[in-house]
Amino acid sequence: MIDWLVDSILVLALLSTAIGVLWSANLFRAVVMFIAFGLLMALAWVRLQAPDIALAEAAIGAGLTGVLLLDAARHLGYNRRCGGEGNDQGGASG
Amino acid sequence: MTSALLYAFAGVALCGIGLFGFLRLQHLLRKLMAFNLIGSGVFLIMVGLAQRNGQPDPVPQALVLTGIVVAIAATALAVVLIRRYYHLSGQTTLAEPARENARPKARAVNREGAPE
Amino acid sequence: MRRFFGVTVLAAVCLAFAGALMITVWHISGTQAPVDLPGLLAENLEASGVEHPITAVLLNFRSYDTLLEIGVLVIAGIAGISMAKTTSLEDPLLRTSDSLLYALQRWFVPLMLVLAGYLLWAGSDRPGGAFQAGAVLAASGVMMRLGGIPMEFLRPGVLLRLGLALGFSVFLLVAVASAMAGDAFLAYPEAFNKPLILVIETVLTFSIAMVLLALFVSAPVNGAEEPEEGERG
Repeated sequence: MIDWLVDSILVLALLSTAIGVLWSANLFRAVVMFIAFGLLMALAWVRLQAPDIALAEAAIGAGLTGVLLLDAARHLGYNRRCGGEGNDQGGASG
Repeated sequence: MTSALLYAFAGVALCGIGLFGFLRLQHLLRKLMAFNLIGSGVFLIMVGLAQRNGQPDPVPQALVLTGIVVAIAATALAVVLIRRYYHLSGQTTLAEPARENARPKARAVNREGAPE
Repeated sequence: MRRFFGVTVLAAVCLAFAGALMITVWHISGTQAPVDLPGLLAENLEASGVEHPITAVLLNFRSYDTLLEIGVLVIAGIAGISMAKTTSLEDPLLRTSDSLLYALQRWFVPLMLVLAGYLLWAGSDRPGGAFQAGAVLAASGVMMRLGGIPMEFLRPGVLLRLGLALGFSVFLLVAVASAMAGDAFLAYPEAFNKPLILVIETVLTFSIAMVLLALFVSAPVNGAEEPEEGERG
């Protein structure tokens, strides 16, 4: 019973952070949500009895990718609101 | 329905969310993050489906480990490309400026079909 | 109005895709796997040379996948480096004046190096291995880079090329050597199982760390000249 509770809360948190990555107001928040998503994925791997993948996901997914994206976000300008709505020229397709 | 299968379904949902974000969002960095979400979803499906009976299966775990390392190399290369593109064009999206789009409509052609 | 219509169509398509995937996953979960992989693995584990099943799979049973993976990594590293256009690696402006980062570097980098070594060693009989160790090593390199510590080995030259190519070439050498000795491609000789795996894991760690660090260093772009071969720059 407790296992199910832990698993469902973890799954809910995973999906919420994933939606937060795509829907956040500015780019910096999106990258921070992405780092949080990586850490939650590490927890999910532990629950799936895969400690090796958990180690790799924590180091790579949350650590290295996070630093890379934060650096990029800073240089691409995260203060403006960007990424939510498309331009009119491009239409709905990216 | 074991807990591993629940994670497989979570992986399916992640794939759907990631796909929607990848197609809809314009900012290149967000597209990259949506693509990574699809990747994580696929990994969850692989391991969750293989371990649906509760027994840990090392082969898909090894493949996912390889997949994570390849994904970060691809992400890093994509970031290099995005930053280079931003440096050269000043844009963070792939959409063309309005000026370029209007020009073909205004171009006139003469009788032979060559543009005037 | 048209934009709203476009969004709903896109959402419907993604929902349909996710729904179809969910039905497929549910259908597959009801069937039985034709091959019992964990059972096969448990039987052949002693023949692989290591006690941890994932390391055995990665470096012995499915070592071809690992060979191709490190090849892909080298290609990505080459592509990233060829587009590098960053400030000099010894730019004094890059040296951090932040005392917190400086103290953090001094304490953490040696610890992370030791941790990487431990993860590499522990991979033989408990969770760990080349990939995790390589990631931690790359992270310590990134920390040094963020603090502006000059890193000679990232300048284009012999050290960079050696670091990038070492993992793939040693792995390929072992694979081809066993093929030339009459065995199958990538079949380790029975007596040298464990030492060979250890050697390959070490060079893999080094190469993975080098590729990830080189990709991180070549990410920033500015108007600086590309560092030429042999130049102090």
